[in-house]
Amino acid sequence: MQIYLPIADIPVNVFVVLAMGVAVGFISGMFGIGGGFLMTPLLIFLGVPPGVAVASVSTHIAASSFSSAINYWRRRAVDPSLALMLLAGGILGTGGGVWLFTILRSADVLDLMIALSYVVLLSAVGGLMVVESVRVILRTYKGKPAVLRRPGSHLWIHGLPFKLRFKRSKIYVSAIPVWAIGFIIGFIGAMMGIGGGFLLVPMLIYLLRVPTATVIGTSTVLTLVTMASATVMHAATNHLVDAMLALILMIGGVTGAQFGTRAGHRMSAERLRFLLGLLVLGVGFRFALELLLPPQELYSIRFIGGGS
Amino acid sequence: MKRSLAAFALIALAAACAPAQAEKLVSSLSTHQVMISSSFTGTELVLFGSVERDGSTVPRRGGYDLVVTVAGPRQTLVTRKKDRVLGIWANAESRAFTEAPTYLAVLSNRPIDAITTPETMQKLGLGLANVPFFQQAGISKVLTVPDDTFRNALIRLKGTHGLYREENNAVTFLTPNLFRASIQIPAEAPLGTYEVDIKLFADGASLAQTTSALEIVKVGIEQYVASTARDHALLYGLATMLMALATGWLASVIFRRD
Repeated sequence: MQIYLPIADIPVNVFVVLAMGVAVGFISGMFGIGGGFLMTPLLIFLGVPPGVAVASVSTHIAASSFSSAINYWRRRAVDPSLALMLLAGGILGTGGGVWLFTILRSADVLDLMIALSYVVLLSAVGGLMVVESVRVILRTYKGKPAVLRRPGSHLWIHGLPFKLRFKRSKIYVSAIPVWAIGFIIGFIGAMMGIGGGFLLVPMLIYLLRVPTATVIGTSTVLTLVTMASATVMHAATNHLVDAMLALILMIGGVTGAQFGTRAGHRMSAERLRFLLGLLVLGVGFRFALELLLPPQELYSIRFIGGGS
Repeated sequence: MKRSLAAFALIALAAACAPAQAEKLVSSLSTHQVMISSSFTGTELVLFGSVERDGSTVPRRGGYDLVVTVAGPRQTLVTRKKDRVLGIWANAESRAFTEAPTYLAVLSNRPIDAITTPETMQKLGLGLANVPFFQQAGISKVLTVPDDTFRNALIRLKGTHGLYREENNAVTFLTPNLFRASIQIPAEAPLGTYEVDIKLFADGASLAQTTSALEIVKVGIEQYVASTARDHALLYGLATMLMALATGWLASVIFRRD
């Protein structure tokens, strides 16, 4: 069944978009991430203008993260004060990201910058995750316990001033790195159309030593607020949010996420991290190929004042 | 279809009782407004017309030829070329064509180079190879040379989306004086006003010309969403966000397992 998208200005097959939503939703439920880094490239591949894809995916992620945030909240797996402090930086970062997005779009380098950021970010994060999880898996294989949190070890971050106590997470850290992390995630998320969950979770674990009990719930709340505000900002400044596209995606996404969560519960944490790392690395590799291999079509057309 | 038949009958009638003069073109489109709704996947328009003539008009042994040029709303189109910069393939050189048609169809009853001479084709801008494209050079506009690589790339890329097309069998003469042309509008066709230019030829010479226009508009929910997103951007953003939250909340209620 074909449907004409009002903002993207192209007809798409509803079932194809719905299936994409279910598939990405499954993965996002399984790993506890938004899945924007998978959805945005898929939409671009389908012919949706990159700008519209980035903007509409943020709406889709807002929906799926809200549904999981409710679940985590019920299980008391959200640290409200930590989430609030991250958000303070996150909203500023989102504003900055939308601002840079607008500038890059008018300077005609948006597509290249999106592709480059994907390559750098995804290969770095994916690589780190694979290496770290393989190390943990090998250690457990040899019979030693898998320790993630070493209570005695301190990073330079823990020496910074303005220390705050986050009760539910049982940590005592400076507000500066918390704001900075929030800012970075908001900025990257708005610019690249990703929730940033796959970046935020490792940052919270390794830099702030947030325990696993609250890390995913808290990160989901941050994703929810940054993506919801990105939706409003993208709509207000660039007029690129396609509500119809977002609706189809989110219906598929929330359904897929439910099954993904169940599948995720049956796997160990480090195995999940290993698989997610491979996935992230794969997407980064695909973007790298596109930049490095000679393209089949050298020319492309751009409208002045159109949807990217 | 009923409407196109009616239009056809009307033209046939007009042709029968028209006042005597040299050749004149009379034409009508099956519809002047194409409406894009959520189920729009492209459409076909029909142009009907007749060549009016009387006893004093010179007989044309070779018969008539017709070239119809449909040009969509004009916009600045930028053609970019990728090049290897520091080892990666990125857009480097680009060329902006001002007021280029976003849709362009050249329809005829036989190949245009068989209808008239290359000089006439160039003078009248007939065929995709001859339609004028302008580039901005300072404050003045400069005509792009026909074999420019960026111009050719633009025509080729637009062609792969069905937005630029040249069809030399899209015009049919039903009788020596009555013709019918089919105009294909793909789903990606941009909104706006389309100019239809019809030129009559015989023995390689241009005899008569007439113009018409059609409009492509969004209707229903498509129109509503698009205009709200543009005119009430902030409200639209807030509404979309609320829709996302409602969907998320609904999902957590439906799939709740306690």
